[in-house]
Amino acid sequence: MSILVIAEHDNQQLKAATLNTVAAAQKIGGDVHVLVAGHQARAVAEQAAQVQGVAKVLLADGPSLADGLAENVAAQVLAVASSYGHILFPATASGKNVAPRVAAKLDVAQVSDILSVESPDTFTRPIYAGNAIATVQSGDAVKVITVRTTSFDAVAAQGGSAAIEEQAAVADSGRSAFVSREVAKSDRPELAGATVVVSGGRGLGSAENFKMLDGLADKLGAALGASRAAVDAGYAPNDWQVGQTGKIVAPQLYVAVGISGAIQHLAGMKDSKVIVAINKDPEAPIFGVADYGLVADLFEAVPELEKAL
Amino acid sequence: MKVLVPVKRVVDYNVKVRVKSDQSGVDIANVKMSMNPFDEIAVEEATRLKESGAASEVVAVSCGVAQSQETLRTALAIGADRATLVQTDAELQPLAVAKLLKAVVDKEQPQLVILGKQAIDDDSNQTGQMLAALLDWPQATFASKVELSADSVSVTREVDGGLETVKLTLPAVITTDLRLNEPRYVTLPNIMKAKKKTLETLTPEELGVDVAPRIKTIKVSEPPARSAGVIVPDVATLVEKLKNEAKVI
Repeated sequence: MSILVIAEHDNQQLKAATLNTVAAAQKIGGDVHVLVAGHQARAVAEQAAQVQGVAKVLLADGPSLADGLAENVAAQVLAVASSYGHILFPATASGKNVAPRVAAKLDVAQVSDILSVESPDTFTRPIYAGNAIATVQSGDAVKVITVRTTSFDAVAAQGGSAAIEEQAAVADSGRSAFVSREVAKSDRPELAGATVVVSGGRGLGSAENFKMLDGLADKLGAALGASRAAVDAGYAPNDWQVGQTGKIVAPQLYVAVGISGAIQHLAGMKDSKVIVAINKDPEAPIFGVADYGLVADLFEAVPELEKAL
Repeated sequence: MKVLVPVKRVVDYNVKVRVKSDQSGVDIANVKMSMNPFDEIAVEEATRLKESGAASEVVAVSCGVAQSQETLRTALAIGADRATLVQTDAELQPLAVAKLLKAVVDKEQPQLVILGKQAIDDDSNQTGQMLAALLDWPQATFASKVELSADSVSVTREVDGGLETVKLTLPAVITTDLRLNEPRYVTLPNIMKAKKKTLETLTPEELGVDVAPRIKTIKVSEPPARSAGVIVPDVATLVEKLKNEAKVI
């Protein structure tokens, strides 16, 4: 049976998370179809049609799908679900929002946040904030899955030539309405997909001090992240949070500044290729996972590093 | 307006769990158990809604083993008015919990259900959305702000890259994110008062719900370990190593 991947997009751009999710679908094996549910989103469907390994793109385009409301998007997925054995969402805020609604309506379990595909019905996934990895087997006819995007290498965004098939958009549920969105404007790369991430922890001491990471991030072309402790203390916004309860990242280079390395933070970044830790406490657990550790006062080391780059 | 708050008993967030040597699961014998932190935020939010006059009654509900009574007593001490335990020793997966909660909702007829976005043991992040789907109610997940009015609720949600606000027609399901509130410390007088509050016990059979697991855990293993690297003496060495050894800058 074919596999359905739900595209992550903003009605203009297909988001990279879709490419990782298609990669997971290819590991399962079978024709991969991509559903673009949006409004005035033909450009997204055209981008999806070019993704390597996609056999067909379903485009459902209508005002009810403009803002990704879970009620409507789930209904749209259900409208096409009957021809698929697997339905995959990226484990992003929107994927996590919609997928369980689809699973419950199909009366099937959902497998959340898969790290690998062992066979078409068996997957690994993290539990207890990544302190254990469970291998689980789904006995349901349809497998509804969310995919940890950092665990699958993205397929190429170009090279495919899938047909685009239009689907009627579902009617609005009438129960929920989009009001507003505040998206932090930033010239920096998106945290979840950045190749370099500079993260700050409670060691920075204040929101004012946290800004000293800006220069370092600029030099490295990095996204900014934060530990939960720094977010809880109000030094950084919540959507910068790296960890089990925040974003999971796996950049080429992760620079942890003033972060002690709580388990829940490590769960969000320990798959990074190279980890650098700057902390004045030589006993900090972050040094246990860092490739390069610098035991130093960050208020001296960060400006020095910025200058040396 | 009645608010239902589902809560889960989980391994305390400060405990570092150990994988059993036979890979059958994690060892939770004799470890400290607590209320799932996201559910604690949900109980706090419901209590504040009651204190502000927006809600009239807060009912806590938990599904699981007999000891979940302790978790419900904590909810009662924070401010819930009464509690229901759906007691079973069976393994409960999110779909089964959502079905049990739907049965409790059918019985209690709340206008709002507030629960944590995920439990910190299985990290599924499913139950609230599944419950909303089974009830055909609208949902707002990952809430950082809740404003309740007579027939609708505005919820600000934590989404990738920022915040989003949605307005839901009641009844509705809300799941909590970290920044929604900071749960109060439970005081001794309130713990004493909580002991006198009503705690009703039901079973999945009484609610007519089949809770058979759909997902089989084949094994549970340790995550791959990452070995520690080197400590560099100064910034210059760090830059040199990143350039020439790791080749990432």
